[in-house]
Amino acid sequence: MPKEPVAVVGVGQTKHVAARRDVSIAGLVREAAQAALLDAELTWADVDAVVVGKAPDFFEGVMMPELYLADALGAVGKPMLRVHTAGSVGGSTALVAANLVAARVHGTVLTLAFEKQSESNAMWGLSLPVPFQQPLLAGAGGFFAPHVRAYMRRTGAPDTVGSLVAYKDRRNALRNPYAHLHEQDITLEKVQASPMLWDPIRYSETCPSSDGACAMILTDRAGAARAPRPPAWMHGGAMRSEPTLFAGKDFVSPQAGKDCAADVYRQAGIADPRREIDAVEMYVPFSWYEPMWLENLGFAEEGEGWKLTESGVTELDGDLPVNMSGGVLSTNPIGASGMIRFAEAALQVRGLAGEHQVDGARRALGHAYGGGSQFFAMWLVGAEPPTG
Amino acid sequence: MAPHDQPQVAVVAFGQSDHLRTTDELSEVEMLMPVLHEVLAATGLKTSDIGFTCSGSSDYLAGRAFSFTMALDGVGAWPPISESHVETDGAWALYEAWVKLRTGEADTALVYSYGKSSPGSVRDVLTRQLDPYYVAPLWPDSVALAALQAQALIDAGETDEPALAAVASRSRTAAATNPHAQLRGAVEQGEYAVRPLRTGDCPPVGDGAAAVVLATGNRARELCERPAWIRGIDHRIEAHGLGVRDLTDSPSTRLAAERAGLFERPVDTAELHAPFTSQEVVLRRALRLADDVTVNPSGGALAANPMMAAGLIRIGEAAARIHRGASDRAVAHATSGPCLQQNLVAVLEGEARA
Repeated sequence: MPKEPVAVVGVGQTKHVAARRDVSIAGLVREAAQAALLDAELTWADVDAVVVGKAPDFFEGVMMPELYLADALGAVGKPMLRVHTAGSVGGSTALVAANLVAARVHGTVLTLAFEKQSESNAMWGLSLPVPFQQPLLAGAGGFFAPHVRAYMRRTGAPDTVGSLVAYKDRRNALRNPYAHLHEQDITLEKVQASPMLWDPIRYSETCPSSDGACAMILTDRAGAARAPRPPAWMHGGAMRSEPTLFAGKDFVSPQAGKDCAADVYRQAGIADPRREIDAVEMYVPFSWYEPMWLENLGFAEEGEGWKLTESGVTELDGDLPVNMSGGVLSTNPIGASGMIRFAEAALQVRGLAGEHQVDGARRALGHAYGGGSQFFAMWLVGAEPPTG
Repeated sequence: MAPHDQPQVAVVAFGQSDHLRTTDELSEVEMLMPVLHEVLAATGLKTSDIGFTCSGSSDYLAGRAFSFTMALDGVGAWPPISESHVETDGAWALYEAWVKLRTGEADTALVYSYGKSSPGSVRDVLTRQLDPYYVAPLWPDSVALAALQAQALIDAGETDEPALAAVASRSRTAAATNPHAQLRGAVEQGEYAVRPLRTGDCPPVGDGAAAVVLATGNRARELCERPAWIRGIDHRIEAHGLGVRDLTDSPSTRLAAERAGLFERPVDTAELHAPFTSQEVVLRRALRLADDVTVNPSGGALAANPMMAAGLIRIGEAAARIHRGASDRAVAHATSGPCLQQNLVAVLEGEARA
């Protein structure tokens, strides 16, 4: 018996900011969940199960916070599942929720991911010393900068490409009312003049630390038929993981990312992603990851990703818009960042992305990654239900 | 809904470590690896044969963020694998894997979980899972909260201290034949830990790991002589605030059991994740267990309670009894959160023997 088709009928997110001092963690997640229910015109009683994701518990200093959040998310008396797959968690969480519908275990599922980084200190959370393991003393930027340099060396990309991505994403964010950074006076020169943090990554080419939450209502075919607004249909979804450290690992273009994308395209019947996908929300916490992932996801041949970026293909009005919402570079509540990518892809094919809508977007990819580029989660959503 | 049209899923292998008070000489990965090798050897599967992998663990026990990444390196996730992780007991990882198998996207799954409580004070650590604004700052520890529940049961006339002592004694006696258990054979009820609970009413603090292999349909029959079929599995959560709950009852367990189909036919075996003697009293009633049901023949969580693995072990122990023909229909239960806040119930069956 084939799987039940899965539809996104509600999307909600908070306005992402550096510190939401006006709400508790429970208040923050409830805001996003209520927005998603409002979009779907459903009530808490219509939700059969809740699937929650976030990045490490040390980021807020609460162990297994879903226990405390059961009340705020209307989960009392329902199944509640907590997912944690590092930075890819927002995407993985949505996929776990989607599987509940696809396997016909539940009809309608609320899925939500969040991070309230202002409650604690993420750098501290990532820097707890562990015996016999190498310390990650330089933060995430220090870990990823050498891999960016390897990409530049390997492809001969000029060192201006990173700033183009940052300039584009920050301008896109100005069209997204939920984005954290709204830099009204952004210019390419300002990005290029920002301080060098981890060569070649400049300050303006990095993501902010945000408080925020994102929620979606996923439902089956019957639920989609009742939805007041157009649903986004899931055409493919996959997760892939590989080890953090081993001799054969390609940090520039990890095999797990390639395999994950290939699985999603196979499910969705996509042979040529560059032509058949209309918009992409990819996980780009440091600007250079846009050209790197363009190659990893099969939108460009190896060594050619930076050319797509440089020629303006990935601009909002380009042929393959990337990170229309402003992306992780403009908004990064870590545990939610992957789900925001998935949710923005859904908004695009529903035609509900507002000022950053891509005209006629019919198929969109949501992408997330985490750990040392070792965890990947992706889905492809479409305006039409899947066939077969 | 037509559940019988979805692939049927069975537990085909189970392995666990010896549970120890301290494992200073072992990392989490080193504790886990022999168990993973054990279940893979039992099924003849290699990592690359497994369709889906899911694990359960807690960063707060490991004392570091992303602690599960090192275990994944140990699994040998190459070529890349389809994999996920839950930040809770491995029983919920098994649930996620069961859902994945029910979609038909995979026909085998590896589930594992582990936890080391020995490096810190688990009573203090668990206070960090309480409401962070109003409750956690008071540091109420897990034994104190369980004692509140025990006292509520005694006040309601549901049990008394001698009855609790009998639960402890029966569990530890049963564990005498469990080579993996941490506490085996008679254990003294001891002094009060927090009234009315004595040390004998409380679980041992220790380290351990467990792993399970799941498979669907005929694949399960190929991998295991007598698969333990998961006839139903469900989990439910209750309110977090203890003040709004009736601690003498477990409505989430009852509902999960109903949804898992437990009440359709009697079971012969129950593996209950009841770290405190008083919690067995609550669970027995919620699950409507008859007096002739064999409860916790492994010794249960009173004999070994490795955090994040103890719930998965209950499912594994129940399945292992079916594998070896000691049970035909068993219920396994796992819990998470203070005073049984979140509960999972799985009903396992073996096919009729010739």
